[in-house]
Amino acid sequence: MSAVHAHLLHRPGNTPVHRLAPQVKVVAAVTGVLCVVATPRERFWAFGLYLAVLAGVWVIARIPPGWLAARALIEVPFVVLALAFPFLAGGPTVEFLGLRLSEHGLLSGWNIAVKGTLGVLVSLTLAATTTPGELIVGLQRLRVPTMVITIATLMLRYLDVIAAEARRMRIARICRGHDPRFLWQVGATARGIGTLFIRSYERGERVHLAMVSRGWTGAMPDQGQPAGRRTWLVGLIPTALAAIVLGIAL
Amino acid sequence: MTPPALLVERLAYAYPDGHQALFGVNLRVEQGERVAILGPNGAGKTTLVLHLNGVLTGQGKVAVTGLEVNKQNMKEVRRRVGIVFQDPDDQLFMPTVRDDVAFGPANFGLRGPELDARVKRALDDVGMTEHADRSPLHLSGGQRRRVALATVLACDPDVLVLDEPSANLEPRARRELAEVLLGLGRTTVMVTHDLPYALQLCPRSVLVDGGVVVADGPTRDLLADGALLARHRLELPFGFRLD
Repeated sequence: MSAVHAHLLHRPGNTPVHRLAPQVKVVAAVTGVLCVVATPRERFWAFGLYLAVLAGVWVIARIPPGWLAARALIEVPFVVLALAFPFLAGGPTVEFLGLRLSEHGLLSGWNIAVKGTLGVLVSLTLAATTTPGELIVGLQRLRVPTMVITIATLMLRYLDVIAAEARRMRIARICRGHDPRFLWQVGATARGIGTLFIRSYERGERVHLAMVSRGWTGAMPDQGQPAGRRTWLVGLIPTALAAIVLGIAL
Repeated sequence: MTPPALLVERLAYAYPDGHQALFGVNLRVEQGERVAILGPNGAGKTTLVLHLNGVLTGQGKVAVTGLEVNKQNMKEVRRRVGIVFQDPDDQLFMPTVRDDVAFGPANFGLRGPELDARVKRALDDVGMTEHADRSPLHLSGGQRRRVALATVLACDPDVLVLDEPSANLEPRARRELAEVLLGLGRTTVMVTHDLPYALQLCPRSVLVDGGVVVADGPTRDLLADGALLARHRLELPFGFRLD
């Protein structure tokens, strides 16, 4: 897809995970996350097994843990919240290094941190092995409403066009002596955003015209083959493992 | 007898805000002709073009190679008339050049090897085969213009309609595009302000102003008529004379 997104979250490759039909990957990721979320928080071992299954996928997809770790930083605010729980929650407490920590808070914090982290890692694995374009085709094959698909497709493409337009407008402002360093100078930037909105709206109209002129009637043409039973079976192995873990944990 | 590629009779159109853009346009383009539509800004050129594939529908009649433009025929009309819009960024929206070129023919029902062959031929025609797997965002202005042309050629249109094809192109890209267009041998309607480009590409020109056709004839004759051009706010570039 576009330069920005492609390099940020997608990691091009030609592994079995990369080649797997996108709709299978989407289903595997969603059900995998559901298994994690449904697991009781006290079953610490289950989360370790989930991570092991995921790590297996990383090995096959050849994704280095460091690459994922750098992108998992998005989760930091939630981890900070989770760390605050043991200090803020009430109920029975335990002593640790001279600190009085709430038992209930510890478990709540752990719950958020572990499930959030696994969720982020699953999403990153999906994004790393599937281009945004494939993702959209996958969603389409899963019968997600065409309007949602169309909006997502256009957003992916035009985010960069609009970002480039915003960049040009900013440069043009700076060239005319605009130096927005203080809060009271934000007016021109705000008006710029307003103009950008209108321009994007007009561009949206023109894009739509160009699509209609090429015979578009609401659905993106899907040139791929539907995934066979074998693809589904193989692709859902990690999810099946997660489901077994969940079954034991419950 | 072969039907004309385009037949427009007494076409009138008012925008929803009441602004009347076309006041009864008549135009007949034979198959294989290349015709330039000239006129000042706001003359109604783009409005006319959007009627050719039914994006806008006004009063009067429009027919494409004998097929009348109406709701029932819309899909086939849109295949027969390929419009290349002025800004390639409006036209190119898929992740790769190949996907974008395949978008139109796939909408018209082509699949598999047939679709691949069509995409390949369209990219060959515009000399962009080696860029098939790149993102349109990473191409130069001239390359994007040629890809935009390929996205329409891939639909195998009977009539190719170009809106300001030479706008924002460097001289060399402008010339290369002209060579591509001349090599296609398709019925072409070209809306332009670039009068020398019209002379180079189109033996015939139609001058539109105020929502009607005010002149129709050989491009060289029209462009040599300084008084006519002046009346309709058109000018040849500095140092360019035909009389």
